[in-house]
Amino acid sequence: MRKLFRWLLPHPALTILLAIVWTLLQNEVSAGMVVFGVILGIIIPIMTARWWPDRPQSLRAGKMLAYCALVMWDIIVANVQVAWIVLTKRNADMRPNWVVIPLDLRSPEAITILAGTITLTPGTVSADLSDEGHSLLVHALDADDTDAVRDEIKDRYERRLKEIFE
Amino acid sequence: MTLQIIATYAIAISLLIGTIFTLVAGIGLLKLNTAMSRLHAPTKAGTVGIGAFLIASMIHSWTFADQSFHELLIMGFLFVTAPVSANFMAKVNIHRGACDPLPAPTNDDMWSTLNVPEADLEISETET
Repeated sequence: MRKLFRWLLPHPALTILLAIVWTLLQNEVSAGMVVFGVILGIIIPIMTARWWPDRPQSLRAGKMLAYCALVMWDIIVANVQVAWIVLTKRNADMRPNWVVIPLDLRSPEAITILAGTITLTPGTVSADLSDEGHSLLVHALDADDTDAVRDEIKDRYERRLKEIFE
Repeated sequence: MTLQIIATYAIAISLLIGTIFTLVAGIGLLKLNTAMSRLHAPTKAGTVGIGAFLIASMIHSWTFADQSFHELLIMGFLFVTAPVSANFMAKVNIHRGACDPLPAPTNDDMWSTLNVPEADLEISETET
């Protein structure tokens, strides 16, 4: 029974996501479309299962939603701050800087989400990963104190992602 | 009737917020002086600017026309793809040397963009 379940739904979260995306694409909620979305959501993960050798085992959905809300809020606040910097600060006064962030996260999905978060919050863009994935290179638009930027990212985002994925 | 008036004001405010942030992103693109700094401007337009436009579109479709969910999808896809393109542009800047010298990574030997395999060394040297 368990084996059948694993074969039918190798990636349950992906199944739900595909069904939701399909329903949204149709722009109307009708039983037929939801059922078709669920069928797609079952077929596509089975066909692509061999490319998902090690998926994240446990996803805490509640914490993930809290993390999304936090990131949304940060994006809005940081946008206003950076707009202010762009409009009022002269180029000569700005201190663009590289920040190196040593990573505690190991799973590729978590590192991808962290890098995406860093890019989406204005003022920082994640530029590169070291060759074995132990540190992340981030470019900050205006940072006097690179250590403070590093500590903030580590404490605010990485710690939460660690709780979600591990 | 009053609901429609409130919705109209909400749409107008969202559109204004969106235009302001898109304008600031454009100004930033013109004003900032290094390639890496300029990369910061479009990431702003891509988040709050477009987000405000989509909220305006969503309010409009729910009060005056057929309900539409497409804006949620647009926002989702945009938030997933924007960091990838920003990352590619950053990598191009690193390859071209159009940025300050990189600091050393803490635990590893080198950054993956600069990690060129032996066989390709000749190509990368002739190009730069």
